[in-house]
Amino acid sequence: MSEFIQLIVSGLSTGSIYALAAVGFTLLWQASQTINFAQGEFVMVPAFFVLVLTVKMGLPVWLAMPLAVILAVLILGALFKRLIVEPMFRHGTIPLVIATIALGILLKEMVKEFYSPLGQPFPSLFPQTVLKIGNASISVPDIANLIIAMGTIFALQLFLSGTRTGRSMQATAQNPDVAQILGVDIKRMVLYTFLINGALAAIASILITPIYLAKFSNGETLGLVAFIAAIVGGFNQIRGALVGGLLLGVIDNLSAAYFSSEYRQALPMLLLIVIILVRPQGLLGTAEGRTV
Amino acid sequence: MTTKMVRILFPLAALALLVLIPLGQGNYIIYVMTSWLMFSIAAMGLNLTLGYAGQISLAQASFMGIGAYITALLTLAGYHWVVGWVAAMGACFGIGLLLGYPALRVQHHFLAFVTLAFNTLVFLVLRNEEWLTGGNHGLVGMPRPSFFGISTGKNLEFYYFVLILFVISAAVFYWIVNSPWGRAFKALRENPVRAESLGVDTRRITLLAFAIGSAFGGGAGAIMSPLVQFIEPGSFALVHSLKILLMVVVGGAGLFYGPMLGAAVVILLPEFLRFTEGYYLMIYAALVIVLMVYSPTGLIGLGTKLWQQIRPQSEVRKDMSKGAQL
Repeated sequence: MSEFIQLIVSGLSTGSIYALAAVGFTLLWQASQTINFAQGEFVMVPAFFVLVLTVKMGLPVWLAMPLAVILAVLILGALFKRLIVEPMFRHGTIPLVIATIALGILLKEMVKEFYSPLGQPFPSLFPQTVLKIGNASISVPDIANLIIAMGTIFALQLFLSGTRTGRSMQATAQNPDVAQILGVDIKRMVLYTFLINGALAAIASILITPIYLAKFSNGETLGLVAFIAAIVGGFNQIRGALVGGLLLGVIDNLSAAYFSSEYRQALPMLLLIVIILVRPQGLLGTAEGRTV
Repeated sequence: MTTKMVRILFPLAALALLVLIPLGQGNYIIYVMTSWLMFSIAAMGLNLTLGYAGQISLAQASFMGIGAYITALLTLAGYHWVVGWVAAMGACFGIGLLLGYPALRVQHHFLAFVTLAFNTLVFLVLRNEEWLTGGNHGLVGMPRPSFFGISTGKNLEFYYFVLILFVISAAVFYWIVNSPWGRAFKALRENPVRAESLGVDTRRITLLAFAIGSAFGGGAGAIMSPLVQFIEPGSFALVHSLKILLMVVVGGAGLFYGPMLGAAVVILLPEFLRFTEGYYLMIYAALVIVLMVYSPTGLIGLGTKLWQQIRPQSEVRKDMSKGAQL
């Protein structure tokens, strides 16, 4: 039983980080029909911003991390939108899918070539101590990750539903034409979405990288998990991506322990196929009207 | 020269080139060209599913994998390669039909993810079922077939063998897209609801688009076994499906020569960029992004665009002379 609780808690912890990436993914899709196949690399890259700032430029970690978030917002948010998404907006989904796949390769190769092909140790924000609660031992970073990730998503939700800008962003996502008629600057709202995605990816990166090492190939699994979480939860809902992320984190942990470590990766895929066939709008999603 | 003559002469000239180029070349160049022909066949299949019928699939590499493993297992068990080839294409046709069922329910990005998940599942099965597939070590030593006493063991002979298969595949593909089926595929892509209202059985056509496209993938896989003579699950992972998708889109989706040109670019360009060493994948990825930004219809689209920039000048002059008359 104590083992079970441990697995659940650490599953929720990684799951909440997956959820960060998945929420960003969902936001981009809603605002601009961008399926970002480079989302995994977007989570991989900010860790290397931190490493460049600390190791190469000698900045302290507490300064490097906020700077890395800012860099991510500028490069993975604004620049990505300006250089790649904006010119392709009118061409439809598939060319953009190809372009983001290529962008993923580009980011991966650049990190590999200009930084290092080897896994790099990454500073952890929290002490690696383990708390004893009953018989279960729960590590402090797990709890801290869970709190920070959930807090970020909660704050985002508050921003989206509680402020004028946030509601304009939601309006843009739901119906850009009507939003524009009502005086919403939809271009600016779409840009905000990209900036937020950059920030979410950077936070996810800083939280998840100490668990593994910082490596150019980290994005491969992360990106896939973010897609699956977004779809399983519901593509048009932030709550959905959150639930999807948590669910995947827990399933991943439990299946590794109780099911089969060989087919551990298969379980999320099967879940994905079943969900898409049975409930294509996702667990929490609402059905979208079909356009002819 | 009329368009019709170009249509007949171009393939003949291209074929003559394909026959002549490898003569006197080293083994490596012949190998790269053979692998280009093989990937062209796989990309042709995806072009049918994606370019003509408009159903996105990110699972083409898994069908190559299924085809390659079936052929490998059968030829290693002593059957002739043709048996493996037919079995591979048949199995992929059947599995492709099954994979088409989700496409009846969901579209676009959802379909992309179902097929993506399918590819990963196939990869896991190939990796984990060691008793059948050899797991991570893969299968080694598949023999190259011989026909009527003519062996295809040497690289050049094998190249011509694959060239024949390529021509057959291209001919079948040409026939399909110019048949009523081909028009039904395009109707499905352009407007499924209207296609259905005009009496196209969209359900059957969707399934067929997947099944036929996958069978081409299986056929390409059947070539891979004796070509490389070593197969392992990593050769059929998701990145390779993305690579085949890249071939189709870079060349020009929905165009007959698109995937062949695309496969040439995806296979040969890295070879040309090899002198840049570590940077070649970066340059390559950057080129793809630039191409997609400037010409989402691929290289053929880019060519047409440039051609039209040169051509309509005479038309513009006519307009101007009209204006002068007024």
